[in-house]
Amino acid sequence: MPSTRDIRRRIKSIKNTAQITKAMQMVAASKMRRAQDAAMAGRPYAELMNRMLAEVTATATDFQHPLLENRTNTKKRAIILVSTDKGLCGGLNTNLLRDAAQLDKENSVFICAGRKGAQFVGRTRRELTAELSYADVPEFSDARTIAKFGVDLYTEGTVDAVDVLFTNFISTINQKPELRQLLPIVNIKGVEGTVAGDNEGHTLEASGQEFLFEPDAPEVLSSLLPHYINYQLFQILLESKASEHSSRMVAMKNATDNANQIIKDLTLEYNKIRQASITSELLEITTAQMALG
Amino acid sequence: MANTIKLEIVTPKSVVYSEEVSMVGLPGRQGDMGIYPNHVPLMTKVNAGEIEVTREGQKELLAVGDGFAEIMPEKISILTDMAALEAEIDEAKAEEALKAAENRLKGENLSDEQIIAAEAAAAAAMAQLKVKRRNRS
Repeated sequence: MPSTRDIRRRIKSIKNTAQITKAMQMVAASKMRRAQDAAMAGRPYAELMNRMLAEVTATATDFQHPLLENRTNTKKRAIILVSTDKGLCGGLNTNLLRDAAQLDKENSVFICAGRKGAQFVGRTRRELTAELSYADVPEFSDARTIAKFGVDLYTEGTVDAVDVLFTNFISTINQKPELRQLLPIVNIKGVEGTVAGDNEGHTLEASGQEFLFEPDAPEVLSSLLPHYINYQLFQILLESKASEHSSRMVAMKNATDNANQIIKDLTLEYNKIRQASITSELLEITTAQMALG
Repeated sequence: MANTIKLEIVTPKSVVYSEEVSMVGLPGRQGDMGIYPNHVPLMTKVNAGEIEVTREGQKELLAVGDGFAEIMPEKISILTDMAALEAEIDEAKAEEALKAAENRLKGENLSDEQIIAAEAAAAAAMAQLKVKRRNRS
C-alpha cells in the first residue's frame, strides 16, 4: 500500500501536468479559431478561381500548356508532404505518415513541408528533395516557394506527376489525411469544398457560355495556371494548419481531462488511507485504555 | 431588362465588395474598360489600379491589385490579391508598403519570384495611394 506522502507527491506532479496541458489547450484553441477562419475565408476565392479556370480550359481546348500535359506513363512522382513542425497533436502525424508509408518507395521523391514529415522520410530512407517550412499563419509566399519546387521538378521532367499529401480539415474533431494530385491539372477540384464536410470536392464544369478573352485565352490561361497551383497549395497549407491546431486542441483537452480524473481518483485513495490510519489509531488508543482500565 | 449588374470583388482573405451596381470602370490589361449591364461574357486580366463603381448614382472608388476578372451579362467577378474601399485605405501604411517594396527591388540577388512579388506589392500600394489622393485634388 502506498504511503500518504507518495500519493500526495503524485497528485502534485499530476496537477502540474494538467496545468501545462490546460495552457496548451487554450493556446491551441485560439490558434485553431484563427486557422479555421482563414481556411474558411479562402473558400470564395478558390471557388471563383476554379470556375474561371474551368471556363478558360473549356474554351482554349487547342492550347497546350506544360502544366496541363498529361504524361501517359507516370514513372516517378513527387509527393509534397505537408506535416507539422511540432508534435503533441494527437494522431495527426501518425495517420498522415501511415498513408505516406504506403506510397511506392522506389518511385517517389518527397518535398517536405514541416519537420515531422522530413524526419519520417529520413528515418525510412526515402528520397528527400527539399525540406521547407511554413509559418504558423501560412503566407502566400510560403505556398509559392513550396509549389515552385514541385513545378520545377515537373517541368524539368524529373517527375511525371506531383501529388500533395496533407491532412484535410473536416471538423474540429475530424481530420483526414488525403492525397491530391496537383500536377498535371486534370480535374479542377477545390480543396475548399471539403471544409464543409464534402469529402469529394467537386469537379467544375464550364457553364457553356461563349467567352471573349482579353488579350486572348492562352495568355489569360498561362497566367491563371501558375496562380492556380500556388493558391491551391496555399489553401492546403491553411487546411493543414487548421487540422493541426484542432487536433492539438482536442489532444490537450483529453490530456487535461485525464489528468483531472487521475487527481480525483488519487485524492479519493489518499483520503481513504488517511481515514483508515486515523481509525486504526483510535482503535489502538481505545484498546490500550480498556486494557489499562 | 436589368439595369444593374452584380459586382463581386474577392480576395484570399474575404469578399470585399458585393453589390448591385449600374456601371464599373476597371483597369484591364489593354487599357481601362467601362462595363455596363448585359455585357458580353468576357474574361480578362486586371492590372493593379483603381476601380470606379457607380452605384445608385453615387461614385465609389476602390483600389485593387493584380488579378483576373470574369464578366457575365449579370455579374462581374474580380479575383485579386488586394482590394480596398477608398475609406479603408490607410495612406501612411500604403506609403510604407510602397517604400518597403521599392527597397526590396533595390536589393541584389533577387530571384524572379521575389521580383514579381515585390513588383506586385508596389503596384498594389501605388493603386491605394492613387485612389486616396485623387479625391483630394
